[in-house]
Amino acid sequence: MNKLMANLKRQIIAQLNLKDLKPEDIGDDQPLFVEGLGLDSIDALELIVLLQQEYKIKLSNAEEGPRVFYSVKTIAEYITAHQDQKV
Amino acid sequence: MEELYRHFAITYPKFYKMDNLSKLGFLASEVLLSDLPQIKNYRPEEVGVVLSNANSSLDTDIRFYQTVDQLASPALFVYTLPNIVIGEICIRNHFNGENAFFVSEKFDPVLIEQYVNNLINNNILQSCICGWVDYLAPRYEAVLYFVTKESSNPEQELVFNLENIKKIYKEAHE
Amino acid sequence: MSASVYVAGLGLISAIGKNVSENLASLEQEQAGMGEMHVLSSVHQKKLPVAEVAMSNEELAAQTGMPVGISRTALLSLVAAEEALKDAGLEDPDSVRKGFVSANTVGGMDKSESFFAEWLTNNRGGRLKNIVHHECGSITELVADRLGIRDYMATISTACSSSANSIFFGARLIRQGILDLVIAGGTDALTRFTLNGFNTLMILDREPCKPFDEERKGLNLGEGAGYLVLVSERLAASLKKDVYCMLSGYCNANDAYHQTASSPDGTGSYLAMKGALEKSGLKPEDVNYINLHGTGTQNNDIAEGTAIKLLFQPHFPKMSSTKSFTGHTLGASGAVEAVFSALSVRHGLIYPNLRLTKPMHELPFVPEKRFLKNQLIRHVLSNSFGFGGNCSSLIFSKA
Repeated sequence: MNKLMANLKRQIIAQLNLKDLKPEDIGDDQPLFVEGLGLDSIDALELIVLLQQEYKIKLSNAEEGPRVFYSVKTIAEYITAHQDQKV
Repeated sequence: MEELYRHFAITYPKFYKMDNLSKLGFLASEVLLSDLPQIKNYRPEEVGVVLSNANSSLDTDIRFYQTVDQLASPALFVYTLPNIVIGEICIRNHFNGENAFFVSEKFDPVLIEQYVNNLINNNILQSCICGWVDYLAPRYEAVLYFVTKESSNPEQELVFNLENIKKIYKEAHE
Repeated sequence: MSASVYVAGLGLISAIGKNVSENLASLEQEQAGMGEMHVLSSVHQKKLPVAEVAMSNEELAAQTGMPVGISRTALLSLVAAEEALKDAGLEDPDSVRKGFVSANTVGGMDKSESFFAEWLTNNRGGRLKNIVHHECGSITELVADRLGIRDYMATISTACSSSANSIFFGARLIRQGILDLVIAGGTDALTRFTLNGFNTLMILDREPCKPFDEERKGLNLGEGAGYLVLVSERLAASLKKDVYCMLSGYCNANDAYHQTASSPDGTGSYLAMKGALEKSGLKPEDVNYINLHGTGTQNNDIAEGTAIKLLFQPHFPKMSSTKSFTGHTLGASGAVEAVFSALSVRHGLIYPNLRLTKPMHELPFVPEKRFLKNQLIRHVLSNSFGFGGNCSSLIFSKA
């Protein structure tokens, strides 16, 4: 789980062009949207692309987004839970 | 351009998400406005942006299209319209005034002069950022003008007419 | 120099008709134009409804006398622009200073993407001359040339408000005494590029769209072209036919919130509508019909609805989104809807907002669900809000 979260942080920074950030700047439980990292709706879509590209998991219902992408930890939990449902 | 961004010590993380055209326009506007503290005296509806170029959003169109076969990138698609650069400038500076984007083969000083003078003379705007912002790798160019109704610094200003517009454009290319 | 600008001719091609009268008939019969893809081929073929013009490129080329390889965007533009010019019925077109202001967002993308696909497999493949007209500006030149317009030409590209912006720019050129007549509007053809792009933004409805419905799920992409022939007061007086209406007001503002989403309280929309009313010297209660931008996305409809609530309450005019018929024609939408608005003023029509079953709970008004004739229409407001925060509103009034 920790390794997954560490990887996720690097991938998120790369995918979302958060060039001024380092992985250690992102807390495991830190909210990614609104406050916290201040990501927006397009970032959310890019995270959907990230899930599919790196983890082969498809989030086809955009409404699940806010819950799944709340923090790095919730994303890691989602990935772990859906590992066997790869697309 | 990221070097320029760092050189000017701008803190605006959203910069990194922009496409090349928007980065170019954004940087050019930052440089333009850094010398113009009076911009703060205008209300949001009083400032507008009128830009133009030859290549529209082609640089990004190509980059976006290259992602379509794998997984199309929403962040890139957002920038496949030339007027998004205007959006970025307005978001950064809270400008709500009229904005327009024209596509033409070459910089059209007549169009810009007529369009912007009409806006300012009729009080549709009190000031306007206008000019040419074009990007198609490896070439890019940006020439921006800041036009106001009132004169605040006569020594550093020129009348916004065809002759001066052309003169500034020419000097920028020398 | 400031004078009135009149609408003397209309031209239109969309999924619901190949000319103005076919479009009008579809509106009256409540026949929407979205369905399965036939002309464009795409991996989304069976999954996403689109509103295509029911003509192949070969048929469009034959109708316009253009060579077959020409971009669909240009072909659609020419069909509608020619109809508009003919409709205006000028007796001596050469005696008049004419301009062509056209908008589009895709340019010759339909040809480029075919070229690109061939080129990717074999970089000697694909015919380079097919992509010569990729740029938005080329499309305008091609069509202006065919219309015999040499005095003035301009191309606007500001996303979904593009052709509304063409229209008021054309009006300004007339009011400034630079031109006597401007054919102003826009065009956009459906392409895989746009389809894929909008799909990744997850704002497409997999069913026919439901603008301003509580359960709306997104927009349907469409294609088409629309043009208005705008004329000066003097030229209007010399025409044999009655004009349709006047363009009495317009305004453009930037929302300054996000590249693609509208601010929740619809600041840009509010400023554009308010500004257009001020320009025309009207009060909100003078408006008889609003042609909504109404794309059917969660975001647009609440932002636009909120702005309307703020500006118009408690007097809400009838309103509807004709995108429920034509889909979202992107660069053409401002002009397509301007044509509908001009017809509304001229003939006293209100168009229905199709597939509206559950009104939005946040709004104190409900769009009109039926087609109405013989209405007292003096002023129509038409909204077009584009990505990049570019918001435009036009007002058409009885002449």
